[in-house]
Amino acid sequence: MTDSKRRNLVAALGAAPFVLPMLTAAQSVGTGSKFKVIPSRERIRDRYFPNLSLTTHEGRTVRFYDDLVKDKIVVFNMFYAKCEGICSPVTRNLVRVQKLLGDRMGKDIFIYSFSLKPKDDTVPAMKHYAQMHKVKPGWLFLTGEPDDMELLRRKLGFVDPDPEVDKDLSNHIGVIKFGNEPLERWGGCPGMKSPDSIVEAISWIDWPKNQTSLKAKGGTR
Amino acid sequence: MAYISKRNLRKEKEKQTAADNRRELIAAGFKRRDLLKMGLLTSAGMLIPKKGLSAHPLNTRGSFDEDEPSSPQTTPFQELMPRLPVLAPVASLTPAPTIAPNTAAGEARTEPHQAFAQFPPQRFYEMSEQAGTVLMAPPGELPPQTIWGFNGTTPGPLIVERYGNLGSPGNGSVLLRLRNNLPTQNGGFGLPSVTNHLHNGHTPLESDGFPCFFMGQGQFYDHHYPNVYAGINSTHPGTGDIREAMHTLWYHDHRIDHTAENTYKGLAGEYILFNEFDTGNENTGFRLPSFGDGQNPLTSFDIYMVFNDKVFDSQTGLLKFDLFNTDGILGDKFLVNGKIQPVFHVSPRRYRFRWLNTGPSRFYQMFILGPNNTTKSFWQISTDGNLLEKPVQVNSARFSVAERVDVIVDFTGQAGKTFYIENRLNQDDGRGPDGEVVGAGQGDKILKIIVDGPVVPDNSIDPATIPATQAVYFYPFPDTNDAARITRTFRFERGNGQWQVNGRLVGDCDDAPRFRIKRNSVEKWVFQNNSGGWQHPIHMHFEEFQTLSINGQAPRSTGLITRGRKDVFRLEHNMEATVYFRFRDFVGRIPLHCHNVVHEDHAMMVLGQIDDQGDNRTQP
Repeated sequence: MTDSKRRNLVAALGAAPFVLPMLTAAQSVGTGSKFKVIPSRERIRDRYFPNLSLTTHEGRTVRFYDDLVKDKIVVFNMFYAKCEGICSPVTRNLVRVQKLLGDRMGKDIFIYSFSLKPKDDTVPAMKHYAQMHKVKPGWLFLTGEPDDMELLRRKLGFVDPDPEVDKDLSNHIGVIKFGNEPLERWGGCPGMKSPDSIVEAISWIDWPKNQTSLKAKGGTR
Repeated sequence: MAYISKRNLRKEKEKQTAADNRRELIAAGFKRRDLLKMGLLTSAGMLIPKKGLSAHPLNTRGSFDEDEPSSPQTTPFQELMPRLPVLAPVASLTPAPTIAPNTAAGEARTEPHQAFAQFPPQRFYEMSEQAGTVLMAPPGELPPQTIWGFNGTTPGPLIVERYGNLGSPGNGSVLLRLRNNLPTQNGGFGLPSVTNHLHNGHTPLESDGFPCFFMGQGQFYDHHYPNVYAGINSTHPGTGDIREAMHTLWYHDHRIDHTAENTYKGLAGEYILFNEFDTGNENTGFRLPSFGDGQNPLTSFDIYMVFNDKVFDSQTGLLKFDLFNTDGILGDKFLVNGKIQPVFHVSPRRYRFRWLNTGPSRFYQMFILGPNNTTKSFWQISTDGNLLEKPVQVNSARFSVAERVDVIVDFTGQAGKTFYIENRLNQDDGRGPDGEVVGAGQGDKILKIIVDGPVVPDNSIDPATIPATQAVYFYPFPDTNDAARITRTFRFERGNGQWQVNGRLVGDCDDAPRFRIKRNSVEKWVFQNNSGGWQHPIHMHFEEFQTLSINGQAPRSTGLITRGRKDVFRLEHNMEATVYFRFRDFVGRIPLHCHNVVHEDHAMMVLGQIDDQGDNRTQP
């Protein structure tokens, strides 16, 4: 399905639910099948990337899927501005990852840090945090409605199944996730890994033509 | 506020409440059967008639899609269980295999074959890792599935090989060339970059499938499998130690960070080794049920059964992989040899079943359910790839991801009856089972077995006729008397939301090895799990271990199953075990890891090395 067709479908679904049965019939697999043909990329979007309204550290309002994820290589992590302990080393690591990614940052690769304390992480607080870490374009700190941020955290798997452990926010900061949205390649790794190895892990989900160019070290693997 | 937020949040809260409620009930001492009695849980174990308790499918992220509560319905016991096709050797390979990596021709291997000259390959195999289309359910119930498989099939073809005889060990040597023809478009999950592990061959380590030795699209990789017994170049020169024989192996993708999605997508197959004792012919050697050609039901009674569990998208009916799950993924559809809940027809005689669990995260405890909820006993003859000293009569066999169990099931005199292979181990989340075993008929029936085949001769050994006084029918276990050069401790734990071993994460592929084993030495390893929340199937490549103690207790002298040689240790809640390894003959890179493949992909791995120096790190 082309992008424009998909957009039309999304628009139709959003605006007029009664259109759905017709579309379903048109999309069904063969005669009488109960299944719809939906591109896996759309199913991933529907499953994991709610198109929430978020606010950046620069004060812009953005949509999570449409503006931040679609057509991009993305790196996700969680933060809160007043966090000590594990936050600082992970953020410092990502600053070095940002440097290693060079001019790809902000072009086709983006880093998004989502607030775990959206009430505290106001635009000025996030902006201060970003400036303190000398964050460059292509890396956004993001906040939003507390319920939305909680949903996002769960959708992206920054959770622990034990509710008590889950309450300890530091448990959600040691992990980063990344993916290539159009290629449907997703992965994750510890945020405390070396910047080199984080970049290598990201290189594995990079565009095929770039499979080697991201790596700090050579080799054909 | 975005358009879906409120609705989803409400559902998220409902689900959280349900999980909390259930946890409270369990904490209060209610067992599954109590819930059943109270009418809060159906006998299928899946649904509860009122909202707020449902535990299924308990996506362990704590966030699960209410829109897709479970896989679409399928009708069990319609499809025949496939007998796995046997891979035929090829006459030659082009280009011819070389000792040094043939980089110019597109080989991804980076290290030369270390034992090629000593054991020149006698037979050659070639397979392509590629996309394929398969039906997993009765026609019309689920759409055709695009999988990634060896030659486009899943599970992959069965490789049937023989050890060379003790006097001529080189005769077992083979070379397998794998080509990566996987597509760029993955249909939602899967990384088209692969490395193939022969689990758990005594294989020179450049051919073993080290997680970092992966090949990209369009490349090939030559795996040299000498199929020799451990000890061949050390303790038992020229022959190897027959007590190290392995018979039931499997191969699977081991791509670092991406093993779960690639194996779930289909990249796993089976490998059998026969020798002059376990011959594949019930008239010779140990007289285990004949393998025949693997296909003919009148002559083939040695059946490989590959179990796995999967989830299908409720809207598209297509295989679904939970991309951001780090705890473990449970399916609600149970497959055997690629089909959901199939049927297998047998003759009234003895069979050897080789059971393998390819995961991703579920543990099984298999029973054989007979008429009127009776439980049929059977004979366990192996742990993982290794025969026990003699068959042991059991009512069930528990095996976690990557473990294998070979069993003899006797259907003699059972003509006309129907049996089921039933998993009675309750498991509601990917972290591991809670230990509860449900009653007969209350578990998941995975395979229907109908005894309606023709009466055929049975010359296989009846394990019941082996005298109780005979201690050893197969091979004796090797002794564990040699002094260990070092004792190392590996603590499997969780920190900062990540899996860790000894408080550390899996390193970079380019990092120095975390531990170095001295070739031809003995080591004792202590595996620790300090958690009551998680269980881990711990796997070491290349060598099997023998268990010296579990929680301070020596395995009972009669407990053949706990004393058996293994390559996966099922590290249960709050458990500590000491195991004994001999590392012999070959050198190279080697991983120790959790084989819950979701844990494995999220850093629960230590990358080490066998070399001629070794190190003294007791907590790598």
